[in-house]
Amino acid sequence: MTDMALENVVVVNFGWVLAAPVTGKYLADLGAKVIRVESVHRPDPLRTNTPYKDNIPGVNRSGYHALYNANNYSMALNLKHPKGVEVAKRLVAKSDIVIENFTPGSMKRLGLDYEEIKRVKPNIIMISLSMQGQTGPYASYLGFGNQLTGLTGFTHLTGWPDRDPVQPYAGVTDACAPSLAAAAVIAALFYRQRTGKGQYLDLSQNEAGVHYLAPLMLDYFTSGRIANRSGNRCGFAAPHACYPCKGNDRWCAIAVFTDQEWRAFCNVLGKPPWTGESKFATVLGRKENEEEIDGLISEWTKGHTAEEIMRLMQAAGIAAGIVSEIEDLLEDPQLNYRKHIWWMNHSMLGDYPHLGESFQLSETPVEGRMAAPQLGEHTEYICTQIVGMSDGEFIGLLQDGVFE
Amino acid sequence: MDMHSKDETMLVSLRAIDLTNEQGFFCGRILADLGVDVIKVEKPGGDLARNISPFYKDRVSSETSLFGFAYNANKRGITLNIESRDGKEILKRLVKTADFVIESYSCGYMDGLGLGYPSLREVNSKIIMASITPFGSTGPYKNFKSCELVNMAMSGLMNLSGDPDRPPVMISFPHACLNAGAQAVVAMLAACYWREKTGKGQHIDVAIRESIIQMIAQPIAHWIINRVRIRRAGQHRVGWGPGLVRQIWPCKDGFVIFLLGGGGLRARTNKALIDWMDSEGMAGDFLRKIDWQGFDMARTTEDFIRPLEEAIGKFFLNHTKAELFNGGAERRIDIYPVNDCRDIAEEIQLKERDYWTEVDHPELGVQMTYPGAFVKSSEIWAGVRHRAPRIGEHNEEIYVKELGFSQADFALLKQTNII
Repeated sequence: MTDMALENVVVVNFGWVLAAPVTGKYLADLGAKVIRVESVHRPDPLRTNTPYKDNIPGVNRSGYHALYNANNYSMALNLKHPKGVEVAKRLVAKSDIVIENFTPGSMKRLGLDYEEIKRVKPNIIMISLSMQGQTGPYASYLGFGNQLTGLTGFTHLTGWPDRDPVQPYAGVTDACAPSLAAAAVIAALFYRQRTGKGQYLDLSQNEAGVHYLAPLMLDYFTSGRIANRSGNRCGFAAPHACYPCKGNDRWCAIAVFTDQEWRAFCNVLGKPPWTGESKFATVLGRKENEEEIDGLISEWTKGHTAEEIMRLMQAAGIAAGIVSEIEDLLEDPQLNYRKHIWWMNHSMLGDYPHLGESFQLSETPVEGRMAAPQLGEHTEYICTQIVGMSDGEFIGLLQDGVFE
Repeated sequence: MDMHSKDETMLVSLRAIDLTNEQGFFCGRILADLGVDVIKVEKPGGDLARNISPFYKDRVSSETSLFGFAYNANKRGITLNIESRDGKEILKRLVKTADFVIESYSCGYMDGLGLGYPSLREVNSKIIMASITPFGSTGPYKNFKSCELVNMAMSGLMNLSGDPDRPPVMISFPHACLNAGAQAVVAMLAACYWREKTGKGQHIDVAIRESIIQMIAQPIAHWIINRVRIRRAGQHRVGWGPGLVRQIWPCKDGFVIFLLGGGGLRARTNKALIDWMDSEGMAGDFLRKIDWQGFDMARTTEDFIRPLEEAIGKFFLNHTKAELFNGGAERRIDIYPVNDCRDIAEEIQLKERDYWTEVDHPELGVQMTYPGAFVKSSEIWAGVRHRAPRIGEHNEEIYVKELGFSQADFALLKQTNII
């Protein structure tokens, strides 16, 4: 009887930044042994990204990196060292899944492409998550998720119709692609069980991302319509916006879909005379006069806190929620009840939040087991316990500088 | 990569009963792409989600919603009133034949019908049931009403997006529920893996809002470590250093994304861009003399950044998105276009990779172009095989041929509006 869903699955993650580590984190959080292969000679850019503990740079000091790397093992391995690739292959031979997200061609140059690693582990499952896929004229176009977010179409669709687009803050594709990648590799485990065969998976983050806008693409292909950004509006509901609240830059989102909800909404506001105007009585009327209605509502919301409005609206059966700042999330009663953020003792940062998962399983735990690792924290353990090196061999390779 | 028969899939002999509304469609779609036999169960007359716009050529009908086309492809479809006594019994018979159940009703709805996980587990102890709800099925907000806007607002992402002088803004297309649907699949397949070893099913509780929080790790870190609050900054990037750096730039026919920065990679791309500008006579002495190796974003001043941005901005305005993207490819500079749907449809890379897939819609007399497989495999095909089911399209196939109802009973169930 095993405790965690993916217990006994071994994953070697050569990747860095977000797409590959986030893919690996899903598997790690579900119980797989996920080993991140890293090197001090080319540390994960997240490790060298702000903010740092005490604002002093250091590969183990980045708070950004720590949030994303709970439950991972870290092995330091210099793949540019002649013996480094050999050790990597021995590790792959003990694993089920290999993940990487370098520029296409990088793994081949290291001698660790699918053809090579298949030699040491014929039924290996390998996934590459590059920006635009392994083949095609733009395969090696460099870049980061924040930029790919523009290529994939999310940037154009964020902001106000009368203004330039804005970024949806994050690299959206860095969230779109990893879940699909993790699903694909677990599915590949079943395929392997059935056929005995491993496989190579080429996931283009751009191609995965387009699925998240698929209906708009179908609309373009069939009607030629080019969807545009529309602020916070919704085609079939009004009011449907973020309203200013008491305090500095505080907002509450409110969405009213039905006539019944509209009546309840007016009651919450204390039925000021304007709510009785006939032009607001129907959804067509409210849509037609949306700007005016938003202005009137704002006058009311400015006198209340966002939390108060959320509670009043929710009690009346209306969809409403504060526009959460980070502090709000950390104090959010729902997130805390569900222990969504995993607070763990990080070797450098102390008691520190690590990102949890959106799913909870009734029989197999999904929880923070290990804080984000120091670079190479588990090198000896992986070499001696997983790869099966003797202590003598490990020390020899260590002295050769293989584990840097 | 070789082309594969569209009959080969990653998973076989697994079945999912998909009871979701639009909050959960994508979950079943991904399972179906991977080879699971996904049976979409709608109420008689069809889901309300069939009313979601846009519609095929603006023909408004319950058989032409493009949202449904996109996210219910590869599924089969039946109608069933699960609130009726017969409907409940039939659903249980279906669950006996299934491996997964997916639902996205309000918390407690399935339990209220006697169809919650405890009841379905009694029917099939190996069933893996996923519930996809805005805030999860436990905790003080479990019954909160929500929608895309509220999910995004409460996720923390929205507060970071938008112009500083306007309210925070969301992505203008439902995103949170798609993210959650994909994450649900990961958990469901992991649960299925565990079931192989233990013979046990389980319940999976997915919170849509939580699926977005992973996107805001860096602002969380800035707050925890330095009590620095990252604020929305329009076309600028915040969180990488103390100042604002423009990332969205107007160009001749739209916008591009380019990041100035320090460090090895940026030293090279900044230099390469200035050289390009210089070759067109658009880099003055000021730009040519910058020592990019010693350039540190964290120590730059407004006096330095503004003229730099002004010069680069002028250069971009002189070129189209395509010129900048392609010129970037030649010079190894990452300048990405802000693409709209037409631009995406015309991306050379997607065409060269045979991404787009034509799908038959015989009733409409057309082949429609769909996004292709979300992943290309050396062994199998994970793309669209057939269009989304029409209302009750597989009723006879499933009720009569597979569950063994007689034609007479089938007619009775139809007439009594149970199916």
